This record gives sequence, C-alpha cells and structure tokens, in this order.
Amino acid sequence: MKAVEDAKQAVQGAASAVMAKAVQMAPDSWMPGGKPDPLIRAQHGHVGRPISRVDGPVKVQGAAPYAAEFPLDGMLYAALVFSTIAKGKITALDTDAAEAATGVKLVMTYRNAPRMKPMPLFMTSEKACGGNDLPVMQDAQVYWNGEPVALVLADTQEQADHAASLIHVAFEEEHAITALAEAKAKGVEPGQFMGQPLKFENGAAEQALADAAHKVDQRYTTPRHSHNAIELHAVAVAWEGDRLRVHDATQMVAHSAWSLGHVFGIAEDQVHVTSPFVGGGFGGKGLWQHQVLAAAAAKLAGRPVRLMLSREGVYRIVGGRTITEQRVALGADAEGRFDALIHTGTTAMSHHNVLPEPFILPARSAYATKTMKLDVEVAYLDMVANTFMRAPGEAVGTFALESAIDELAHDMGVDPIELRLRNEPDKDPTTGAPFSSREVEKAFRDGAERFGWANRQAPGTRREGEWLIGTGVATATYPYYRMPGGAARITLTPNGAAIDIAAHDMGMGTATAQTQVAADRLGLDMAQVTFNYGDSTLPGVVMAGGSQQTAAIGASVMAAHRALVTELLKLAGNDSPLAGLDADEVVGVNGGLAKIDDASAHESYASILARAQRNELVVEAEPPSPLETTHWSMHSHGAMFCEVRVNAVTGELRVSRFLGSFDCGRILNPKTAASQFRGGIIMGLGLALMEETQYDERSGRIMNPSLAEYHVPVHMDVPEIEVMWTDIPDPHAPMGARGVGEIGITGVAAAVANAVFNATGKRVRDLPITLDKLL
Amino acid sequence: MTPFSFNRATDRDQALTLATRGARFLGGGTNLVDLMRETVERPAALADVTGLSREISETPDGGLMIGAAVTNSALAAHAAVRTRYPVLSRAILAGASAQIRNMATVGGNLLQRTRCTHFYDVEGSRCNKRQPGQGCDARGGFNRIHAILGASDACVATHPSDMCVALAALDALVHLASASGTRTLSLTELHRLPGDQPQIDTVLEPGELITAVELPASALAAHSTYRKVRDRASYAFSLISVAAAIEVEDGRIEDVRLALGGVAHKPWRATRAEESLRGQPASLDTFRAAAEAELAAAVPLSENGFKIELAKRTITAVLAELAGVDA
Repeated sequence: MKAVEDAKQAVQGAASAVMAKAVQMAPDSWMPGGKPDPLIRAQHGHVGRPISRVDGPVKVQGAAPYAAEFPLDGMLYAALVFSTIAKGKITALDTDAAEAATGVKLVMTYRNAPRMKPMPLFMTSEKACGGNDLPVMQDAQVYWNGEPVALVLADTQEQADHAASLIHVAFEEEHAITALAEAKAKGVEPGQFMGQPLKFENGAAEQALADAAHKVDQRYTTPRHSHNAIELHAVAVAWEGDRLRVHDATQMVAHSAWSLGHVFGIAEDQVHVTSPFVGGGFGGKGLWQHQVLAAAAAKLAGRPVRLMLSREGVYRIVGGRTITEQRVALGADAEGRFDALIHTGTTAMSHHNVLPEPFILPARSAYATKTMKLDVEVAYLDMVANTFMRAPGEAVGTFALESAIDELAHDMGVDPIELRLRNEPDKDPTTGAPFSSREVEKAFRDGAERFGWANRQAPGTRREGEWLIGTGVATATYPYYRMPGGAARITLTPNGAAIDIAAHDMGMGTATAQTQVAADRLGLDMAQVTFNYGDSTLPGVVMAGGSQQTAAIGASVMAAHRALVTELLKLAGNDSPLAGLDADEVVGVNGGLAKIDDASAHESYASILARAQRNELVVEAEPPSPLETTHWSMHSHGAMFCEVRVNAVTGELRVSRFLGSFDCGRILNPKTAASQFRGGIIMGLGLALMEETQYDERSGRIMNPSLAEYHVPVHMDVPEIEVMWTDIPDPHAPMGARGVGEIGITGVAAAVANAVFNATGKRVRDLPITLDKLL
Repeated sequence: MTPFSFNRATDRDQALTLATRGARFLGGGTNLVDLMRETVERPAALADVTGLSREISETPDGGLMIGAAVTNSALAAHAAVRTRYPVLSRAILAGASAQIRNMATVGGNLLQRTRCTHFYDVEGSRCNKRQPGQGCDARGGFNRIHAILGASDACVATHPSDMCVALAALDALVHLASASGTRTLSLTELHRLPGDQPQIDTVLEPGELITAVELPASALAAHSTYRKVRDRASYAFSLISVAAAIEVEDGRIEDVRLALGGVAHKPWRATRAEESLRGQPASLDTFRAAAEAELAAAVPLSENGFKIELAKRTITAVLAELAGVDA
C-alpha cells in the first residue's frame, strides 16, 4: 500500500515537474493574474477599510450556533474511551457496567460498530480529507496510544461521561516504536509533500560550505505541539434515511461530505455538512475519527448524536505538529553572500498520514545562494497521526534558518538585516521563476525604523536591575497558494446580490472581507451583499488552509462575476446605455454596470433585470487552474522584530516588545488582518517560549492533555504587538492580496531566540526557550 | 465523574456528622471537582463547608484567625494581611487566576493534591499516590515540577500550593475539629513527606475538618515577601518559590523565616538555612551559603536538576532584596 502510494506520488511529481517548466515558459498573458484584477485599481470602495466583522453582533449576543449547539430531536450525547497502549490488541472489553448505567442507550466498540471504510487520507484525492487512513473501530487492533476504543451514548453528557469511566479494556501489548532514537535507528525515508520530494540540490553545497570564508553549521530542534482551538472539536449528526446530516466544526465542508460519503458507502450529495461558525481551526479542524464515530453511533442507535471531544480527547485523537531535528549550515564569502545554504533534518510521522513537517519550505525561496541542499527525512513512530498546524514547515523551519543567519551575522560582525538584504534573490532560487511582487527590503527598512532597530547594542550589554535586555530580528515568509476546486455562484436581484461558496470562516473574518470585495466588484453597498459559506451544498471545494481562501474565493467570485457581467450585457441588449460593450469594458458601480472610463454610460441592475422581465439572475463559474503559482514565485514576507528581557537570576524570559512588518500584497481589511497577524505572532510566542506536547517516549502517551499543563501564552506573556504592512498589491493575485493567516507565526521563534542571544550571549537552539536553558 | 450525593453543611456539627457517614468536605471545588472529573477522586458524598466560617478576626495576642471558608481572594485583599503579612497576600496572588481565587477557600487550598501529570492520568500511568503499590511513572517520566527534597522511592510529587509556603514561613497554626474534639497543629506538621505511603498527603484523621488557620503575631512578617519562578508569567505552578521574612540590625541577621515551594511533597520550611543565617552578617555570601546548606540534601530527577541551582539563586536574591543588600 505504502509502496504503491509512493510510486503514485513519484509519477505525479515527475509529471508536475514537466508541467511546471511549461507553465513557467508560457507568456504572462496566458496566466490567471496575467491581467491584474481590475479591483486593484479601485481605491475608494470598501476594500482596504477597517470594517468590523459582519458576524460580530450575532457572536457577542451568543446567538451564533457552533457545531455542539444544534439541539436535534431525540439527540443522544457521546463520550469516548481511549486506548492506553500504543500498539497491540484489545483482549477484553467489559462494558456491562456502562450498559447498565443510568441513561445509557448504547455502547459501541469494534464488536458492534457498523462496517465502514477507513477515512480517505488527506491529499490522496481531490476531496479526501481524513486525518489518518486507519480502520475506525473495526477490529481489535490498536494503532496509537489514545485511539478511541469505545463510545457511549446516553441521554445526557454527564451520564455518557460517567458510563465511559466504567468501561474496562484489557490489552495485549505489541512492541511499539515510540522513541525517536529507535525510529531513526530503524531507518529513515525521504519526505514527500504534495506529490513532490522534500529534497532539492543545486551544486556541491557541502564542498562550497567547506570552502567558504565564513560559516555556521548548527543543529536545531523543535518539539511536538498540540492543537488547542478554544472551540473543542464537535459534531452533531443525524441520519435521515440514507442521508447524513452533519453539523461540524470544520475547515473543509465539501471535502468532509465527500470523505464521509466514502466511509459510509454513500454518494457525496447524500451527506450534508454545514459549519457556519468555527471557533478556531489552525489546520486541526479536519476530518478525524470523532465525526465518523458519531455518524456510526447515530446509525446504530437510530437517533441523532452529539459528540464533543473533551480537551483530552482533542489531544488524543487530533494530530498536532510533529517533532523536528534540523541542521542548517550557511557558507558565505567575505561580503556575506551565501556560497552554500544547507537545510536538512529529520521529522517524525505516523505510518498513516501524509505530512512530514516540511521545514525546508522557507529556504526554497528566501535567499540567493550559489549552492543549496535541502532534505527532509522521515522516521516513523506509532503515534497519533500528526497534521497541519499553523504554517506547517515555515513556523519551525524559520526558527532554524533565521537563527542560523543571526549566528552568521554575529560571527561576521554584520548587522543581521544587512546580511539578509545582501542575499536578496532576483528570481526564485529553486524554480528560477520571477517574483510576482517582493518587498522584503521595504518591510525590513520600515519595520527597523518603527522599532528603533538602530539602538541595538552588543550582546549582553543592556541591563536594568536583574533584567538583561536584547533585541532580535528574523524573516517571516509564507507562500501564496490557490488550490484547485474553487467555484462560486452569484444570485443578483434588483436589490442586491448573494454570493454562495463552500468556504469557511473560522473567526478570521472571511465573510467580512469577502463581503467588502463582492460589494466593490458589484458596485453595491455592503448591506446589499450576502456572503453564504460553510455549507457543502454550495459550489466549490475550498479548504480554509494554506492561507489560500482569500485567493481561492477571490478568483472564484471573479470568475462568477465575469459570467454575471457577460450575462447582464446580453440581457441589457441594444436599448441600454451599455449597448455594444463587452465584459472587459464595464465595471460594477452605483448598483449597476458602467463603462470603465465613462460613468455616464451606466445602467442599474434593477433596470436591466426589469427590462428583461427577470426577478433574479443566477450564474455559477469556476476560476482557471492556479497556474500563477507556478509561473511566478509568489510569497508573502515579513520582518519580525522582538525585544526580550531575561532575568539574570532565574533565567525567566519575557518578551517586552514585538513588531511585525509585513508584505502580503493588498490588505483587504486592516482590522481583521491585524488580528490575524497578531494572533499568529502570539502563537509564535507560544512556540518560542512554552508550547510542548509531553509525549512519553516509553508509552507513546501524551501526558499533558489539558490547558493547565500544556502551556500557551497567558495575557501576561504577551506584550503590546505592533503590526504594519506595505500594502503594495500583488499584480498577479486576485484583489492584489496574498493570504495573511499563517505568516504571523513564522519567524517569531527565531526573532525571540535571536533577541535572547543579544540579551545574554546565549544561543538556544532547542525550543521552547524555557528558563532552565538560560540559567 | 462518578455520581455522588451533595449536602450543604449549615454548621460545624452537621459537617462532622456528614463526614462520619463518609462524606468528603468540599470547599470551592477548584481542585476536588477537577479530580472528580478525572475520576482520580470518586467520593460517594460531598459535604459543602463553604457556609462555615468566613471570618477573619484579630486574636488576643495580636495575630489573625482566618476561617477555613474564607476565599483566597478575600484573604489576599484583607488590609491586615497586606500590611502585616505581605508574604501571604503575595503568595496567594501568585497562584491560580482571579476566577479560581474567588472560589478557592483557605481550607481547600491546604488540601490541594499534587499536579503530577502521571497522578492525573488514571487510565494510562502508574502512580503510587493514586494506587498504592502500583509504581511511579513520574520518576522516569515527566518530573520537571517534581521534588528535589524529601522525596521517596515511591513518590516524587510536590505540593502545589503557594499560600501554604507563606503559611509555613509564618509559623501558622491549623485548627482542626472532629467528632472526638478539637486540636491544633503547626502548618509545617500538617503535610507529610511521601515515604512509603504517598497516598496520604496530610496527618488529618478521616472526618477531621480544618476550621481555621491562625497567624501568630510577628514583627518580622511585616517585612516579608514571596517570589515565584514558573514556566510562564502567570497561571502556572511553581518550579521554585521562596517565602521569606528577615530582620537585620547593624548589618547582622537578627531573625529570619524562610520556606520553599515547588521542591517537596510538603511546603518546605528551610530550617537549615535559617539556622545558618541567624547572627550572621547580611551579605550575599551568607545568603548563598544558607541556600547551599538547605539544598545540600537535594536530589535531582531526570528533568529537574536545574531546580537546585534555581532554588539557591532565588533564595539568595529574595534575602538580598529583603535585607537591602545589592545583588
């Protein structure tokens, strides 16, 4: 199975490499984004304004229903029992006491669970989104410590929880590989990500390193992290005949509908998944076993079921970010220009998922270098399937890369910003593609000025009482992605328009920003535009991941809008002031269409529809394939500035100032974007200072499955965070905007570690930077 | 959570009667209810004693009597505590969150159980404290917040309270009542070291109720402080904490009180350090030597060796700060 998958991935990878070359060679005008989005020129609309969230009022009133808050008729509440061994077999299941407990309606184990297919593993086909591809409660085999082994349904949550504690499971343990050293000793394999090997070589990098005038060669390590969205993963499901209704908390409604259909052997349109509000996703709100188990139990019980994971449950069955061990080696000439950039290392993975933490991604496009060697190897552990977690790859990859650059700058006596700017590439260092827009220098210069970077002092020389003070800087970087599968529907009426797309708002402001965009595109007020999302029956297969939703929705709505305008011009006919114009010659303005350079040639939508005797006009369209991401090298960037205070007595580390200066193209809504940036930076502070999943290498068990023991930053750990941006539109991205969701976490850990070095003279290469490392 | 019966005691006698029928006393519930949710604790009956004394009153000899049901917030905010026993106010405010302190009681705080994650992991870890004789997974597992003093082969857990560290330094007394009468203990006698019976946290008899905590009059206590070192700025249990009071005259240490948190199965009164400090010149060298003396018996575990040096440094810094000696 594994070999076949690898072979398939290799073939797809080779084919896409050939395709990529062709796309790069093609003329700009053939590309999506080859002609800039007309909206980029519009400077006086809703786009760019700090508009408050359209869903703000309903949220502060507590009236926004989240997945666990749909009271279905006759609904039962579910609780799970988890395995306590990493590998082996269930030898006995004592469920009698649970079955006899008050309120209990059903105990489901592998002995009575309906027959189901494994979840289709994420990225193995267009709409597959399973977090793992293991059997879901189908047999006695146990695959990881924390795997669900029994489910209880009862009239109340409390009854279900209590009954679950009465179930006794006996196991026969098999030898599990839970220690990284043993996993590595068994042999590592090359990492593959999205069909491409996580490997790149250009020239003889090791030789160039050996010959370089200046060099650093260091090892950096990062621990496991667990997803901790405030909203617990939850699902409410009901079978209506052979149709499955799912109220989910998900970043991928359409993917989930298809994948659940696959599991239960029904068509995707027999599964209806909605997710109107999600309390944080960050890569963790996909399809995990709890949705499948809830649907299976509902089928078995013949009643609707609500399953909300406990916080412990999230740690046990939802994957997080996996461990990495990275080597970064840099060789530079006398002026600091890179002769060699080597970023290699090992990450741990389960046998049943697709994400080797791709920590080399930042190095692919960040710096010019004469030679380069990148490589991610994978060691396999018997553990919960790891997964995507805010900026997978970049978050931890920038820690290593940007720490190493700081080390080289210090060794050479060069300012770390200047060293970075000396290595600015003029084209993509790995693909050779031109940059769509790259304002790295501006982000650094503007940020440095605002932060007061010029006041920086030599390491270990600033002190106030017990506190050593230092500043650090690092590059933030995240790619522009736009995944295939987008589609949108526009329903135009005399009074306004509705946009329908199976996209998501997990709290980041999608609906707000897209309402602004659609209003400007159509020439309507925001109040006249409704943005419908979070429903698998709507058009499109749009995942809220990879910071790509803004582009994916933007391109889909652009395509639908063009179809709408074409249709409207047809309907307008020869009696309209618009007669004879084509879709490229008009824009949406003042509740209708007007000639681009002559506002007097205008007709309202109401007028066009009335003349055509239509109450509404409905169009649906798909955008072109995202070839722009191959034709150009498209990335967001940022410069992260940090000031820390380190206590000379206790080693306690406090971040006292943080500034993020970003280049993400045009900012659609400064208010929601600033929150995205700040939220990312706060998560980055967690990564730098404290986050660590305590995985017991003896048992493969996660030992701190709670927010009391798994530390995330509290208010007192978070200083005032300043954010700023270039706001220079990317001419090749819809609306000129690249995503802002994930870049905020990148570069943060390195900026903190570099500031710690400046404060103390100590280099910490192992996250998190806890006080014992600074004593 | 296992089903249980619940009664609210209206007076002490009723509470003691409920206890003789097997009820566990419930204060604010900020620890016991969590443990019940995790099924570490499965009491069949609870007797809510938060309706008993919530008084803080002056004692005839110039101390304070604090009812066991006084909330942590009320105690920390009390004017007499803030001025005459600042170490206690600071210790309480260094713990938990405002919401938890609003619920938590003085009596309950004394009886907090350890935060060892292996103790909490009912299904997946071995723990002698939870199940005597089972073994200890913390010793070779996660033990960053665990004991460096007074641990045993059976148990390396620490007592998590901040408040108790201050009480240990202040020579506080604990007033107890049971069906057979009343008695008074020193706070430092209340908690026990684990030995080979780590399942027993304190010397309380079954059904014995904490009714009050008494702070003796102390001139020293007005010049006291608490310093807590932990893995984030707030809302984390201590790695090391130090409660101290000191009186220096003409450069000599007249008297001193010193207690440590985060180091042992009980709030740790640093008697060795105190002995080595009395009568000595107030200097960094003296303070460091006292810290060395107290930690001489420290034994590191796999993950917490750093706490020995951290404790020494924190003790030295706290004493220097109180004595006005430049670090």
